[in-house]
Amino acid sequence: MVKHLISVEVENRFGILARIASLFSARGFNIDSLAVGETEDSTISRITMVVPGDDQVIEQVIKQLRKLIDVIKVVDLTGQPTVTRELILVRVNARGKDRDEIMRLAEIFRARIVDVHPESLTLEVTGNEEKIKGLLTLLRPLGVKKLVRTGKVALSREMKS
Amino acid sequence: MKKRTGAEILIEALTKEGVDNVFGYPGGAVIPIYDALYDAPRISHITVRHEQAACHAADGYARATGRVGVCIATSGPGATNLVTGLATAYMDSVPVVAFTGQVPTSMIGNDAFQEANITGITYSITKHNYLVKDIDELPRILKEAFYIARTARPGPVLVDLPKDIQNVATDAPYPEEVKIRSYNPHYEGNPKQINLAAQEIDGSERPVIYAGGGIISSGASRELYEFAHHNNIPVTTTLMALGAFPENDPLSLKMLGMHGTRYANYAIMEADLIVAVGARFDDRITGKISAFAPEAKIMHIDIDPTAISKNVKVDIPIVGDAKDILPRLKALTKGKQREDWHRKIAAWKEKYPLKYDKDKGLKPQFVVQKICELTGGKAIICTEVGQNQMWAAQFYCYTHPRSFISSGGLGTMGYGFPAAIGAQIGRPDDIVFDIAGDGSFQMNIQELSTVSRYKIPVKVAILNNGYLGMVRQWQQFFYKGRYSQVDISSIPDFVKVAEAYGVKGIRVEKKEEVEAALKKALSIKGPVVIDFQIDREENVYPMVPADAALHEMIDGLA
Repeated sequence: MVKHLISVEVENRFGILARIASLFSARGFNIDSLAVGETEDSTISRITMVVPGDDQVIEQVIKQLRKLIDVIKVVDLTGQPTVTRELILVRVNARGKDRDEIMRLAEIFRARIVDVHPESLTLEVTGNEEKIKGLLTLLRPLGVKKLVRTGKVALSREMKS
Repeated sequence: MKKRTGAEILIEALTKEGVDNVFGYPGGAVIPIYDALYDAPRISHITVRHEQAACHAADGYARATGRVGVCIATSGPGATNLVTGLATAYMDSVPVVAFTGQVPTSMIGNDAFQEANITGITYSITKHNYLVKDIDELPRILKEAFYIARTARPGPVLVDLPKDIQNVATDAPYPEEVKIRSYNPHYEGNPKQINLAAQEIDGSERPVIYAGGGIISSGASRELYEFAHHNNIPVTTTLMALGAFPENDPLSLKMLGMHGTRYANYAIMEADLIVAVGARFDDRITGKISAFAPEAKIMHIDIDPTAISKNVKVDIPIVGDAKDILPRLKALTKGKQREDWHRKIAAWKEKYPLKYDKDKGLKPQFVVQKICELTGGKAIICTEVGQNQMWAAQFYCYTHPRSFISSGGLGTMGYGFPAAIGAQIGRPDDIVFDIAGDGSFQMNIQELSTVSRYKIPVKVAILNNGYLGMVRQWQQFFYKGRYSQVDISSIPDFVKVAEAYGVKGIRVEKKEEVEAALKKALSIKGPVVIDFQIDREENVYPMVPADAALHEMIDGLA
């Protein structure tokens, strides 16, 4: 099933997230990730969501979102030139030699060490899906204790004329 | 601008939106609104006996008149009692605005007395809803609520009004116009799509128009009639669209679907083009979806983009208002004769008419036919849900839009009687019947008090078989006749119940008494309840079993 990256501009109003959550639950749509925040215009929020589904499901997701009164604009960014980023915080077991290995990985992936403990290190890393997946694959054998991710945010690239 | 309280602004909104009737039930959190209503003699308020009935009455009023129906309930249980009514209106796209009281803003979220999160509860059963937290926003919100309810695909809108908001004053004016940047209904069909559609229509040999409730909300019955006749295309309607196309017209195939006519369903199965207008391919219409109209291209005209390709893949979608699109399609099409197709349909009509055994006792179909005959087919027929609804749909001849009022999508038992009250208030000069079952009628039977008090002359025809008849029918067909918990016979005596409320009650036990009883009921100026004690095990035929294709119908009579 293709995962679609959908960007939704909404009125920055009380209850809008509940409306969207209610729509998804009522229609049986899934959400893989969701990131919400105010835009350059404080009356508008942008929600970036990753939604799995075949073409028919995604068509309904987009149309149903557009039908919500407080939704201003819905764009499916999948397959379009976009900049996408996600931020994660990951706490890894770090004893003995592993500490050096983790610090090396942090350097390669341009991650920052944001918390240091005798038994663990906590890394902050920002990037696209491949980068984050790559780092996590290398960290997992060392023992990931905690992982938290913001969900993807995305903007379509501005066309150069 | 003079300062007005929230409650006064609400009255101002009702006046400016042309609302002259509201249905409601007072309670602690709406006392300020009722106090303001006390000074508004031009707005007539009907006090019902249960909030659910207020919402159904507002809905019936809206369906009968085409105007927005309005209801009022208090916070907490008053608001939650509206839920079924809102869900009913939402499923059938009916413009209703519901006002609920709410605990004061300072107490919201504290589990205060009679507090319920009604906006949260109704997200998925309203087109939109509002919780008003700032008095200065109230005028705009009220204006938007009416606008959203009646435009595009209509639907219910709920406005939750905390008690302090009803009491505080503002000088914010009631806006003249609505501007919602995120809501811009799209009415005009795309010309390219319309051209394409016209070519498909001209190219088709066996087209069928499948018309839905959208024709009625759009007010496009005349446009449908002219388009169908110009192109000689037979028309079948959904339950929601009964009356959108005259059933006495030679092009009419009457209703399709689970309890539709054989000829409508056969026509769908053999068609090479389905022209769906303002319909949504509900499972009660399509039968087994993969077998629906197997030979046809599907054209779909609808104001709601989400309706298109939701259940059935659509080949030619046109988003827009039927009232705009049908005349444009008519102008672009050649007007083919299609004689072979009509010969075939005429043969089906001849061979498979709707029928029942007229000679065996008191049959519900006979009662419905008599109501049609004695009212000249000009009454407004409301129904409950179940067998009564299907017999009312099949055996009355609908010729006018807004003459059949029924809960189609949600299938709400208890809808018909309060809806009939609303319809009668909206159209006081028309005859209004509620064709009921003994089960459904008891779900809002307390409204006998309302019709009695306000002398609302609704005629209730109970097709009383002492069963939850449609469930019994399914148990008979699909559960080996194991009638589990569906026998509700003998209680109550409906004539005595009616009389206890001061309403005339008539009992009919024999076929020979039907005409006299109906004539008597029609001669009485007030409300009447007629208890027709029908053949208990009469079934609704034909029937497409769940998950069967439309042509796989079962029938009681060979």
